[in-house]
Order: sequence, then C-alpha cells, then structure tokens
Amino acid sequence: MTSHSTDLHDLSVSALAEQLRTRQVSAVETAQHFLNRAKAQHTLGAYVALNEEATLAQARAADAQLATGNAGTLTGVPIAHKDIFVTRDFPTTAGSKMLAGYRSPFDATVVTRLAEAGAVTLGKLNCDEFAMGSANENSAVAPLGFDAPAPVRNPWDLSRVPGGSSGGSAVAVAARLAPAVTGTDTGGSIRQPASFCGITGIKPTYGRASRYGMIAFASSLDQAGPMARSAEDCALLLSAMCGPDLDRDSTSLDRPVENFGATLGNDIAGLRIGVPAEFFGDGLSVDVRAAVDAALQEYVKLGAKLVPIALPRTELSIPVYYILAPAEASSNLSRFDGVKFGHRAKDYVDLVDMYKKTRAEGFGDEVKRRIMIGAYVLSEGYYDAYYLQAQKIRRMIADDFQAAFQHCDVIAGPAAPTVAWQLGAKSDPLANYLADIYTLPASLAGLPGLSLPAGFGAGGMPVGLQLIGNYFREGQLLNAAHRFQQATDFHLRQPAGLGPQGLAL
Amino acid sequence: MALTSQDIERIANLARLELSSTESERMLSQLNDFFGIVEKMQAVDTSGVAPLSHPVAAIEDVQLRLREDIASEPNNREANQLNAPAVERGLFLVPKVIE
Repeated sequence: MTSHSTDLHDLSVSALAEQLRTRQVSAVETAQHFLNRAKAQHTLGAYVALNEEATLAQARAADAQLATGNAGTLTGVPIAHKDIFVTRDFPTTAGSKMLAGYRSPFDATVVTRLAEAGAVTLGKLNCDEFAMGSANENSAVAPLGFDAPAPVRNPWDLSRVPGGSSGGSAVAVAARLAPAVTGTDTGGSIRQPASFCGITGIKPTYGRASRYGMIAFASSLDQAGPMARSAEDCALLLSAMCGPDLDRDSTSLDRPVENFGATLGNDIAGLRIGVPAEFFGDGLSVDVRAAVDAALQEYVKLGAKLVPIALPRTELSIPVYYILAPAEASSNLSRFDGVKFGHRAKDYVDLVDMYKKTRAEGFGDEVKRRIMIGAYVLSEGYYDAYYLQAQKIRRMIADDFQAAFQHCDVIAGPAAPTVAWQLGAKSDPLANYLADIYTLPASLAGLPGLSLPAGFGAGGMPVGLQLIGNYFREGQLLNAAHRFQQATDFHLRQPAGLGPQGLAL
Repeated sequence: MALTSQDIERIANLARLELSSTESERMLSQLNDFFGIVEKMQAVDTSGVAPLSHPVAAIEDVQLRLREDIASEPNNREANQLNAPAVERGLFLVPKVIE
C-alpha cells in the first residue's frame, strides 16, 4: 500500500508505529521517504550528515523484526540525533571544527536505547558548537548540501533563527524532515528552539537520561530529551531514552524507567498551575504574553486552577548559570588538546604552543568566551567568590521551586521572552544570555521542563508555553501538555509551503 | 572590578588559548560586560547555604558512584586511535617535552 508515501511525514510517531506494525508501510519505504525530504529541504540547514546505506540497513532490520510480530515501541520509526550524541554510523562534530572528520568508536547510551526500541536513525542534526548558543548561529559545520557553514533557518520564516542550541533538531521536526528527534538541554536548548519552531520538547529531571556519549558541555546541567510534534510522541521517545546507566554515567540516577505515556489522558480537573510573577515582568514581549495568557485560560477551561507563585531569584539565574556552565565547560573542553582525537594545528614550536594553536583554530568565538569565563572563575583566588557563590545560590533557586511546589502541581510561563528573532539580529553575546531567563531556573534546579505550542505572536511566529514539573513528574507534565493538545490544534499547524516540492528560499 | 588586558593574557594562558590582539581586545570588553551582570550575584547573602552540585540533591541524598577500578572494556586501542592526529606503535605522538 504505497498510497501513504506522500503523507508519511504528516503522521505522528504513534500513528506511524502503528502503520509499521500492521505492515501498511515498510520501514525501508518510510526511511527513504524521510531521507528524500531531508535532501529536498537541505537549504533549511537542519541536517549535517546522512548515511543512507546505514539508515536503510537499519530499516531492513526493522522490517525483518516487524515481520516476526515482535516489534518494539518504535520499530521502524525514523528519528534523527542532535550532532552532540556520538554515533558509530555517522560522523560526530558537536558543531565544531575541532571534531571535523571525527568518527566515534561507540554509540551514546541514548542512541543505543532508541535503537533497541527499534528506531531507525536518519542522520545527524545541526546545533550550536558544543551546544553553546540560543540561535544555532554558532555552528561551525557545513549543513548537508553546503560547502561552508550556513544558517539554520526557521521554517516559519526563513529569515529568522530556529533557536538553539538544538536548532537543527527543532527545524527537522517543524519541517517534517523527521517525525521525532533527540536534543539536549543545558540551559534551555530543547525548550527554547521547540518554542521558536512550534513543536513540543521535554527535558527530563537531571539524571534520568544517561549522559554517556553525549559530548559534555556542563556536566551538572546537561540532559537529553526528545523533540516531536506532540507530547504523546515525546512520551514514547522519552520512555525509551531514560533509565539508569550506572556503570557509565556517575550522575545517572538509580531509578527504574517509566512508561511516561501511561498517565496520558488522566483528568486535569483541579490541577494547580503555578504562575510565577517573575516570568511575566517587563522583559516579556506583549505578543508572547498574550499567547501565554490565552493558553493559561485554556487550562482554566479544562478545569485547572491558576495559582500565583513567586520564584524570587529568577533574574539571578542568569549570572549563576553563566558562571557554572562556563566553569564546567572550561574543564570539559580541556580534553580538546590535539593529542588523542580532533583537530591539531599544523605549525607549532612545542607542546604548549601546539595546545594553544590547536585550540585557537578549533574553537569558535562563543566557545572561547565561555572557556575564558570558566577558566577565570575557577582560577586561584576567584573560585569562592564566583563558582562556590553560584553553587550556593543554585541551591536557593532549587529551594524556591520546592517552596512553590507546596502550592501547585506544575508551573507555567513563557519559554522565551520573544518569538524567534531575525538571523544576525543578536550579535551581542550578552543579549543572547539575557534571553535565556525563563529556561535557566529549571535547568539550575534540575527539574523537568517542557515547551509546547501555545499560539502565535508577532510575524505569525510560534509561541511556546513552558511547563515545569517537580522532580520525576515527567508523566504529569506530559499529560498536562497532552490534555492541552487534545483541546487545541497549535501543535498540528505547519509552516506554509511544506508540500512535496519543499520551501522555496 | 574590571578585568585588564593582563588578566585576559593570564586567563588565556591558563586556558591554553592563543588569542590575536584583536581577539584579546574584544574578549576584554565582552568579559567586562558579562561580569557587570555577575555583580548582582555577589550581593546575595549565602551564609549557611551549602553549595549544590547534583541538582536532585536538593530533595534527596545523591551519591556520585565510583565503580571498581578494574578494566571493564575490551582492548579497542586500534579503533580508539583512528581519530588521533599522530600515532606510532600504539602510542600518541606529541612534540618532544624532555631534552
């Protein structure tokens, strides 16, 4: 039955998995369909690498599995990975010149777990260098079909950024170049691009998903999560991605994996939604505020109660995060020294000179800035004043959330202060940092956070509603998003011009 | 407190980053802009507050595990060294460090 071949990309993950299970469509046919779309839409800059042979081999294996009737939850469903997860079958660059030509000898745990659930990997997705950025404008890697780095474009308006750092991931889902993808979130890198591109993305509780094979940016903050069109699809992927990885990630929590889809459909009558005043201050643009307010009213219609709460240290999250994350980054990125893997400078006079030139050539501007900040705040005489002080305020921020959760079940607010901005519009690094204000608090506290399409703002651009849950309440969070998506159709809208011919640039 | 160009030189050396003079100047002004927003953090009274490293430790005891110090992986030296810039007889090559 090939009548589905033109609309396979419109199917949800669960619908696609069902069609695969009932053999209405083959995994090979599905994979080929998405590979063709990825190539046809290469000007969006979402993909950085394909390996059709490897993808089709995985798809044939999935078809063999489907033929036995023992399919996993995702058997034959094509997905793509943010290029921060190491993969054996595809190059891994982390968006950096430093890793040009790198081939990992192993797969990240998240990659392995999704493969074990039967997913077929389409390729690797563009991101900011080492996941440092909020617009995907810091990638040093040429997208598929390009000879040099090129912008990743928001499919809702090609002159705008997709958000970051998981920008390629968000674009792939929004432009229907993959039914679902992986992303990572250190300070908002799943939630903010999900908001900018009108899709759904969730960062689980810190420690839920293994960081093994996820190229480290800030070890005490980095978490993997899925991005898809709906909360239901995110639940399917998240259930496959999470779980203890005790021998390989010392921060992985010893907590059994859950089926996050099990509570989808639960009634949300009486759900207490905390609304932090600090998320609705002067910095919030009026169009985003209007869409978020309307979404909150929709929740009231669904029986939820809005509860005013306070997160008094929201603004402090910016300096605290931008001390802690660069400190950890400067330590993590010391491994890029031109010795064991990655770029090495051609000309140097001695070992230290080799390190310095290798790193000067291999790293981009934003990465260098963060390494410098990190090296400074960790240096002798400054550690207590900066790093330790930031870690103490981090605890106060986490405690503020626990105080708030005495009065509410989930917290809701905007994911970002504005809709996606124009490419090149924020050249000042500080302006980018300040725009992370609404995603940083949950990151610092290690809480699960989700962004779901809540409406549209200026220029017809998508607006995301951020939901933050207490530790380990991903199921509740996904259900709250799912109930909203049962009542609204924002997550089903798609950018104009996404037909088989693709978007005209 | 503002950083000086000597600070930038010192930090760049610690971070093993060679910066051109244009880069150093830009870095100085950008880092000083950044530390402007960090000042707010210094005013917070954190006496008696314990630093938080694993965020889930905010609600429960989290032990960062250490595994037994035994080899758990097979020897994959050849595969692992495929990405190395310079290798000889299974060893990573670096410029001479001892005369």
